[in-house]
Amino acid sequence: MRTGGILSAEKAVEALIRLSAFSAILGLFLIFVFIGKEALPVLTSPEARKEAGLSKLFLPQEGPRPYSWQPVSEIPKYSILPLFMGTLKVTLVAILFAIPLALGAALFTSEFAPDWTKELLKPIIELLAGIPSVVLGFFALMVMASCVQDAFGIIYRLNAVNAGIALGLAVIPIVYTMADDALTAVPKSYREASIAMGASAWQTASKVVFPAALPGILAACVLGFGRAIGETMIVLMASGNAPVMTWALQKPVRSLSATVAAELGEVVVGSPHYHVLFLIGTLLFVFTFALNLFAHWFVRRLQRKILGAA
Amino acid sequence: MGRFFIALSALCCAVIVAMTAFVLGDIAYFGWEKLTLSFLLAAPEQGMAAGGIFPAIFGTFFLVLIMTVAVIPLGVMTAVYLNEYAPKHSRLVQWVRLAIANLSGVPAIVFGLFGLGFFIDFVGKGMDAAFFGSRLVFGQPAILWAALTLALLTLPTVVVATEEALRAIPDSHREVAYSLGATRLQMVRRVVLPQAIGGILTGGILAVSRGAGEVAPILFTGAAYFLPYLPKKLNDQFMELGYHIYVMATQSPDVEATKPILYSTVFVLLALTFVLNFTAIWVRSRIRRRLRLAK
Repeated sequence: MRTGGILSAEKAVEALIRLSAFSAILGLFLIFVFIGKEALPVLTSPEARKEAGLSKLFLPQEGPRPYSWQPVSEIPKYSILPLFMGTLKVTLVAILFAIPLALGAALFTSEFAPDWTKELLKPIIELLAGIPSVVLGFFALMVMASCVQDAFGIIYRLNAVNAGIALGLAVIPIVYTMADDALTAVPKSYREASIAMGASAWQTASKVVFPAALPGILAACVLGFGRAIGETMIVLMASGNAPVMTWALQKPVRSLSATVAAELGEVVVGSPHYHVLFLIGTLLFVFTFALNLFAHWFVRRLQRKILGAA
Repeated sequence: MGRFFIALSALCCAVIVAMTAFVLGDIAYFGWEKLTLSFLLAAPEQGMAAGGIFPAIFGTFFLVLIMTVAVIPLGVMTAVYLNEYAPKHSRLVQWVRLAIANLSGVPAIVFGLFGLGFFIDFVGKGMDAAFFGSRLVFGQPAILWAALTLALLTLPTVVVATEEALRAIPDSHREVAYSLGATRLQMVRRVVLPQAIGGILTGGILAVSRGAGEVAPILFTGAAYFLPYLPKKLNDQFMELGYHIYVMATQSPDVEATKPILYSTVFVLLALTFVLNFTAIWVRSRIRRRLRLAK
């Protein structure tokens, strides 16, 4: 009897272990369902569609400003294109700033630097990665904004350049860490063969190692891009939050994520505005999800390439 | 030519280090200035322009405590399944790993929306309807819901760290346990988990450090701008360091007056996350050394 009791208890614990393995899959599924559920009325409810249907969100409207996001004005306007543009502008600045720096640093530490440099740089990058985004946002708002304003001679204190650079600081550790992993994973024999053929250190790094690690490096860039699109607090604090339809980087911008963060607290639950904010959340989820799958696919290619060659 | 590019790549390193030093140096310099013990132990006064941040520190600790209680068992069991139970390279394992990687890429603000839509509106309101006669008890922003939202956000951190520790345990240890007649669960409990305690600790510490710094997921799930009391029950709202920083930096009527307090608060949050991170790095490096020895 007693062993039977122990066995069934053991069965129960093992069932729990098996069950919890599904938690991540279940979590992703629930996120999609419960955010999508609140976004759905934008497509289905007649009341929400009248005020904020897809055509109102994406197509130009009549009036002096065809694209405007003014959800709390007397006649609410819900064009999300300025927000898309805002996210794109800030992300672009962040990527252009972060990716060259991170890749350059990864190449230096994995190919040229003596070991002690690597031992020194890794903890510093981890430090940077450990800075909470609200702290980076605070820094961009209080300190960096004035520096950027002076350096580029911009009228507005908070703008896309400022937010983009701060966002870049959050992206650098992600890109660096993954790119460094990809470069270090290239077998030593590649480098030895190249050096034996008379190639210089730089030629080996740029013509042999870098191309071999390319799928992993692309994955690093894609993941950095995904982080930049979804990051909220930095952009919310450092961008000025004005939904303007312009490509000018020196103007204040409002991103998709910052809009959700700034407006969901005050919105009437169940109103069209509420559902539009959840739709924006759904879009952010779908974008980043697709980017993650894409990055994953690159990493798999890298593994196959290197395993196949070794 | 080659030399030039190598120098350029070294410059990239230097720029990253310089920028990190600039951020940390600025915060350390101005944050340390006004930091006193009474600042840590007093409540805010005069609309945040005076007083301390004790309620925010207390709220942060309470929040990450609940989060840890939720995420550690779930994360450890997931890692145990992946490494000890599932057949290697099975389709299911690949799906779970993919889901974990994807979960860690979901934007923090999306977790905030999820916490509101799932925990508060679905679970909380459902509990109120079922147990409290539709009285508003759990169907509102609360520390429990914020903590559970953060638990889901930090789940990948715990799983990845635990798995690394599980992999560091040599297979011979498992085989010895089996040869002595242990069942799989006995082997996991007596042989694998005691050795993996460092990895579980690392995962927990990293999760706490991440959870203490995230603001976007708690914006709508329970964080409050100002509360005259400390949270005592699971359905209380709470003050939190990161949220406190956000509110003071963006919504203060007099930024110059709150600036010293703001800097000190940032310093406290940063010090907290760094102490946690360095502890985790230290524990992890010890595990990695053992992993190398085991091979």
